[in-house]
Amino acid sequence: MDLHTEPADHASVRQWNELGTVASADCILRFDHVSLFFDDDVHALDDVSFQLKKGETRILFGAAGSGKSVLLKCALGLLKPTAGVIELFGQDITTLRETELFEIRAKAGILFQESALFDSLTVRDNVAYPLENQGASKRERLEEGALEEKVREALRFVELEETLDKFPSELSGGMRRRVGIARAAVTDPPLILYDSPTAGLDPITANTIIALIVKARDTRHTTSMLVTHRYQDGHMMANYRFNSQTSEIEPAPRDSGVHESTIFMVFQEGKLVFEGTQEELQAAGDPYVSKFKSNYVRRT
Amino acid sequence: MLDVLKSPILAFQDFIFLSGRAFKNIFRSPHYTDDIFIQADTIGFGSLPIVVLTGFFTGAVMGLQMSRALNQYGATGQIGAIVAITLVRELGPVLSSITVAGRNASGMASELGSMKVTEQIDAMRALGTDPTQKLVTPRLLATSLTLPMLTVIADFVGLVGCYLVASLFLNQTSSQFWNTAWRALEWNDILQGLLKPFVFALVISLVGCFYGMRTSGGTQGVGRATTQAVVASIVWIFILNLLITRLFVSGTN
Repeated sequence: MDLHTEPADHASVRQWNELGTVASADCILRFDHVSLFFDDDVHALDDVSFQLKKGETRILFGAAGSGKSVLLKCALGLLKPTAGVIELFGQDITTLRETELFEIRAKAGILFQESALFDSLTVRDNVAYPLENQGASKRERLEEGALEEKVREALRFVELEETLDKFPSELSGGMRRRVGIARAAVTDPPLILYDSPTAGLDPITANTIIALIVKARDTRHTTSMLVTHRYQDGHMMANYRFNSQTSEIEPAPRDSGVHESTIFMVFQEGKLVFEGTQEELQAAGDPYVSKFKSNYVRRT
Repeated sequence: MLDVLKSPILAFQDFIFLSGRAFKNIFRSPHYTDDIFIQADTIGFGSLPIVVLTGFFTGAVMGLQMSRALNQYGATGQIGAIVAITLVRELGPVLSSITVAGRNASGMASELGSMKVTEQIDAMRALGTDPTQKLVTPRLLATSLTLPMLTVIADFVGLVGCYLVASLFLNQTSSQFWNTAWRALEWNDILQGLLKPFVFALVISLVGCFYGMRTSGGTQGVGRATTQAVVASIVWIFILNLLITRLFVSGTN
């Protein structure tokens, strides 16, 4: 749906407007009229409302500085909004203190733009970090052997098991992103946020990264939010699935539900100006939104 | 007027919050014992050479300067007493702390600052863990444990420096020098000489971590945070030194 064009008769737009106040039962993340202003005049987010349902994938498009990364940080309570309500796993995180947020954040994984791996720790320690430290005061620590196996499994998932003892500085940009995905996914969180996972990578590596995100979505059933500049990333998420028998990414059949559960969102100067499926994005008439759609990629 | 004050007051408030969290974390799990030892090694053992050098040359130079002044009164025999008191009460704690501030407050601010600008601190928070627990508390504990020890070593090496001057240029015997030095010291001096580095250690670690954790603006911001951390911690060392000295001096009077 194009929020810039006459939305009054569009059923899904009415639904979008109502979502400002009502959360559905399977809602994992809800933004309700969220705004974030820096220095009073910079509108990083401007009255953003949407909800992310279980099993859904949201692709966030927008020019640099349009508020996409800020939105991900707000979603985990790393930044506090100036106005509005953010509910993560049913809890309003805008009113919680930093120490109260740790437990909720532990249920979500995030891949930062530049991976944000701890450069003084080896790959093994980076991936083990959430396992060793999350809620460490409350629950028993994993046995040494079980921890090692979990770390290896996460690295096997991103096909980087051989890098266990390397430091992040010894890895290429693409490998760092893959380790970042392993660290985000090692605790099997139901929600993973990806901040520009393909930015600055060559097309082959970028496709590998998206294939891993598709794999995480289909094998671990994670709900995802993906910030990206590349239409291809959204296209792959909306039209491909992971085949666990062949361990390959393959085109998803029309009735697989993958296409419908992938929602595209376009941001302009902190405002959510488009929200809808790939077809709706392709049909959008707004000149800004049109910049994020493809004229040559067709659904397979 | 109020707008001008707003920023430093907010910064001070943040500093108090960070300090409070760092202290609370001492009694809260998880405890990063390995990190405490690593930091103690970096801050304590790593600073040993420069602290020993500072202590030695300060003691030796004081010996030379004092010998000239005391010679006028024919009291060069008291050189050990004067240098011992000055070193243990003032110069040992202050010079060791300034050396450690220059070396480690900057190190902490730049390390944590780099982590901040590369989103590593946000990553710790996002992964549901407390960066203060992992980064600030171990540095606080390690500095508080090692700086008083370093000061004791600096005091002793300073006295050795002074002793060498006294024996080489003033022909003092070793028993004469060490007896005067030892007798001059009271429990009050020892307490003062240990309390000061402990308080300065809190300042150095908390200020260093505070500036590191609030770094913004990329690599330039890291440089700025490092400079601010060193300047602020040295200024606070001087201010607190005056306050603690005043406390002890008024107590004696």
